[in-house]
Parts: sequence; C-alpha cells; structure tokens
Amino acid sequence: MSKKINIFIPCDEANHICDKSQYNEANIWEKLKLTLHLAICKACRRYSKNNGKLTKSIKKSHVDCLTPECKEIMKKELEQALKTKEN
Amino acid sequence: MPKHEIHPDQWIDLYADYLFNYTITRVNDREIAQDLVQDTFFAGLKSMKNFKGEASERTWLVSILKRKIIDHYRKINSNKGKAEVRVQYNDTETEGNWLEERIADPFDKTAEDSMQNTELGNAIHNCLSKLPYKQASVFKMKTILNYETEVICNELNITASNLWVIIHRARTAMADCLKENWF
Repeated sequence: MSKKINIFIPCDEANHICDKSQYNEANIWEKLKLTLHLAICKACRRYSKNNGKLTKSIKKSHVDCLTPECKEIMKKELEQALKTKEN
Repeated sequence: MPKHEIHPDQWIDLYADYLFNYTITRVNDREIAQDLVQDTFFAGLKSMKNFKGEASERTWLVSILKRKIIDHYRKINSNKGKAEVRVQYNDTETEGNWLEERIADPFDKTAEDSMQNTELGNAIHNCLSKLPYKQASVFKMKTILNYETEVICNELNITASNLWVIIHRARTAMADCLKENWF
C-alpha cells in the first residue's frame, strides 16, 4: 500500500491542530483528524480540554496588555528620563 | 530576607503589562491607562531612593499607581456637580423617586462577575510573568492582542512553525499555572 490515507496523526500534530483551533485557524479536515485522534488518545484529550479552558478564561477575564509599539515608546521616554536623572 | 533591588531599565518589560491591566480595569480607557502607567514609572524614578527593598518592585510600583489612579479620579471630579449621580426623567409619567430603584437588582450579576474576572485577569498576568520573556510576548500578541500570525512573525523575525512551537509551550505552561486555582 503505497498511498496511505493519513487519517491517524501523531500526538504532536494533534496538539498543533488543537493550538491552531484555539485561534480559529484549523480547517475542517484538520479538525476531523483531531477529533479522530482525541477518540483514541487520552493524553491529548486532557491537553485539548485544558487548552480550551485557557482560551475561555482569557476571553472571560478581558485581560489586556500594551502593544509592542506602545512599550517601545514608553521605554524610550523612560530611558530619556533615566539619563537626565543621572546627569 | 533578601533585599529587593530596583532596576528601572527593566520596568517596562517586567511590569508594564501587569500595571496596564490593573489600570484598565479601573479607568476603562486605554490611553488614560497607558499615561497613568507611564506616570507611575516616572514617579518611581523620582522616588527611587525611598524604595527600601522590603516589598517587591512590583508591589511598590502598584502602590504608586494606586495613588495615580485616585489622583486621576480627583482631577476629573474636581468640577462640582460632575461627581454627582443624577437620574434624569424627561417625562411626567416616570418622574419621581421609585423605591424599586433603591434596592439592588437581583438579576444584576455584573458586579460579582466583573470582580471574579478581575481576579482571573490578575491570575493570568501572574502566570504570564512566570513565562520566559519571548514566550510571554508571543503569547500576548497572539492571544490577547489578536495579532495575525504573519504580523508577529515579521515583527519578531521568526518563522510560522517557530511561532506555533512557542505558542504551544506557552499554552502548556499557562494551563499548568492556572490549573490549580481556576480550571
């Protein structure tokens, strides 16, 4: 059998699809493969569950953070202030 | 007990996000929050010699930030009348002092919810601060700021598969860290 249908995937691939699907970036074929894998793999089921909880928690908490550009500007201002303080 | 030391050059990397999240749950405006955080750093710089090293740097900065937030509210409330809460009734039908309005609305769960969510937000930031710097910044850009994969890759000069490995490690660590109290 030279042409094998790749329906059974290894754990690292399953986890990768799981990560992608947290950002809605997994396509339907990938999702199907993940579902099949989860049916036979307990460790990945656990990872999947926690991963989903993490996504939900972050959405629910409305955590926020600064953009890298903002931080860059703040850093420059603070450096400037540090310099004037030292002089 | 080892004395805590002060390193202003690392403040932004280590504490800016934590302080910003702390502020934004209290002032609800990104720009104001950012200004308050930056003011806090400047004030910290000025009073560095008052830092005794008994508390951690972050605790010390939070105490400055708290005062900045109070000052901010004082300033916007300094015009009298603006601080009052007034309920406006424009037609005679609904006019009056309604008893129903004086009791707590039993269906209003928002206060409790938002309190829990603030705590959850703090827990998330605490876990984030335990991650290695690069993992934390990639995870924040992808998950909290919702940047596109390409944008992050360009900004940090990494490949997409690189990014997903970092994300995977970060997510595993974050889930472990939050598991004890939140899952």
